[in-house]
Amino acid sequence: MSQATIPASDPQPGLSELFFTFASMSLAGFGGVLPWARRVLVEERKWLTPEQFNENFSFSQMLPGPNIVNFSVIFGSRLRGAAGAVVALLGLMGPPVVIVTLLAMLYVRYGELVWLQRILAGVAAAAAGLIIATVAKMAKPLFGRALDFAPFVAIIVFIAIGILRWPLPYVLIVAGPISIALAWYRR
Amino acid sequence: MKDDGIILTLLGNFALISLFAVGGANAAVPEMHRLAVDLHHWMTDKQFADLFAIAQLSPGPNVIIVTLIGYQAAGVAGAAAATVAMCGPTCVLAFYMGRIWDRFHQARWRNVIQGGLVPVSIGLIGASALILAQAADHNLIAWAVTLATAAVAYFTRLNPLWLFLAAGLIGLLGYI
Repeated sequence: MSQATIPASDPQPGLSELFFTFASMSLAGFGGVLPWARRVLVEERKWLTPEQFNENFSFSQMLPGPNIVNFSVIFGSRLRGAAGAVVALLGLMGPPVVIVTLLAMLYVRYGELVWLQRILAGVAAAAAGLIIATVAKMAKPLFGRALDFAPFVAIIVFIAIGILRWPLPYVLIVAGPISIALAWYRR
Repeated sequence: MKDDGIILTLLGNFALISLFAVGGANAAVPEMHRLAVDLHHWMTDKQFADLFAIAQLSPGPNVIIVTLIGYQAAGVAGAAAATVAMCGPTCVLAFYMGRIWDRFHQARWRNVIQGGLVPVSIGLIGASALILAQAADHNLIAWAVTLATAAVAYFTRLNPLWLFLAAGLIGLLGYI
């Protein structure tokens, strides 16, 4: 399966093409880059088949850290080695980081303005709602199965982190291995 | 020398967070909130909610919330430190794991690990939702906006920007 990530047409995009492709899909991605990554890499550029995309992405998800960042590194390195990884990462992160730093400066300077405060208060309320929808979509398949460990793990982690506000590393060091052990037992 | 201390704290904390962010940046929001608001007092609860809103309004991956937190804590140097720390360690890990991918790409234990980590991620992202709602919602209308946004986003495929626009208008009119 070592060819799994090299598309049949075997395109060899240059480093600058890699950079601008990741930059453009990053800048198009409001509220998450994943849908755009799929559209650009699979449908437009055809650098990956849908199956390869899913494989690459599920691998990125298994690793800790920001998924799409991992994805850019893995994808870039497959195509162009270490240089490809760096270029894809810079394309993904560079432009948004510059934009958001400018926004942060504006916020520090004008954040006390009443009308801006009001708009942000509204958007913040909606942003919380979006996360609720995301987690509901993720949780839906979990709660369909009877007598599965998964909902209990999700609820216990939710209580430990969201309500008790325990530190993340402690909770994960306990909950992670237990949950994986249960998944092994239930497989 | 106080600033140097903050930069080192940002580097250390976000590097650690990145390695425990199972389920992406949104899963790490509670830990970021705990550090930035409760532990180090870099910002208020309300400012954290504002920064999260700005991150959602900006193009790019969700992880850029760390750039905003870093800036609020220690200016441009803080923004850079938080961003590099959040991406660096996991990028190195991703690079080397990607290279040995073939060896365990179809291994059965990969599915087991994923099956075990998905419910953990869901719990973490659920906690993010709760913490963000508590930070953003201080009256009934704000809670109504949160729940209405959740319902629309769950049941339709409307672009979230429209929801932000509507919520921003409701906020501008002074209801939240």
